[in-house]
Amino acid sequence: MSINTKIVDDFVANGIEFVTTVPCKQLAGVIDEVEARKEIYHIPANKEDEGMGLCAGAFMGGKRPAIIMQNTAIGVTINTLVTLTQYYRMPLPMLISYRGELKEPVACQAEMAVHTKALLNQLNIPTYHFHKRADADELDAILKYTFMCNKPVAILTDATFWGGY
Amino acid sequence: MIRSEILREIAPILRDHLVVCNIGLPSQELHMIDDQPTNFYMLGTMGLSSSIGLGVALAQDKTVISIDGDGSVLTNFGTLPTIANNIADNFILLIVDNGSYGSTGDQPTYAGKKTSLAAVARACGCDNVIECQDTDTGQALTDAINSKKMTIIVCKCDSGNIKVPVITKDPVVIRDRFMTAVQS
Repeated sequence: MSINTKIVDDFVANGIEFVTTVPCKQLAGVIDEVEARKEIYHIPANKEDEGMGLCAGAFMGGKRPAIIMQNTAIGVTINTLVTLTQYYRMPLPMLISYRGELKEPVACQAEMAVHTKALLNQLNIPTYHFHKRADADELDAILKYTFMCNKPVAILTDATFWGGY
Repeated sequence: MIRSEILREIAPILRDHLVVCNIGLPSQELHMIDDQPTNFYMLGTMGLSSSIGLGVALAQDKTVISIDGDGSVLTNFGTLPTIANNIADNFILLIVDNGSYGSTGDQPTYAGKKTSLAAVARACGCDNVIECQDTDTGQALTDAINSKKMTIIVCKCDSGNIKVPVITKDPVVIRDRFMTAVQS
């Protein structure tokens, strides 16, 4: 089974029916898989804070949401995470491509990578880092944890996890 | 008419539907005029009223009205193509376009100058875009609800604010009673 299929299988098994995405090269395969699944309403967003707004609405409308995005978006979504997702205590699994880590070819990506975990830590967002394929075995438990505690939860997935460039 | 006068006029229409209300004075005014469990008040996060409302509308069947402002739509312009391409016929976006950032002291917005939000919405692919004058808002809203077609209403009105108390309700209470109303 491909890692993309495994990830989206875990989404579906945890009742996630509404997924918003802002693309990243590393995430292309999982986004294709989300688009292909009839159990999921896939709604591409133009910016990650917009996507978090859509997810907040979907959750209040009765559907479990998730967002797929790049770590660079942490910078533009802090206000939304704090004043919407956390303030109203809503669950939001965030599958995040962790650009700027080992095997990164684009130097500028490292600039946000060095802030990524520090920002998530500052925001008290539970954060998991997938570096090896086997790390994804915990995804099911992470999703259950997210909807148990009604928090945004970050799942950082680096280039080594995705098989490098 | 100013925004609070429009809200007072349309409150009897709003109260039968799910409402997502924009941050700052719009939420404070609606809360003071006609607080309902079907109202979701935004206490922060400028710009996302339309996104939250669209999410609610796509997730269930009841009619959802997002009350937004011209300044907030300008903040989150990416919302209009998303709305256009994800049709929810139970969704109405009501943009109260007073040409100013009301909650921050009525600084002018570009929507009050050369930029037409109705034209932008149409250019983004939104099919049913109505621009109306303040006095016609109630009729435009009623027509949109009855049409059962996703509609964007741009209501041109005067800028101006009234004194209103801030909302002190806990956000989790606001969210919980809204979700209970969604499910009822």
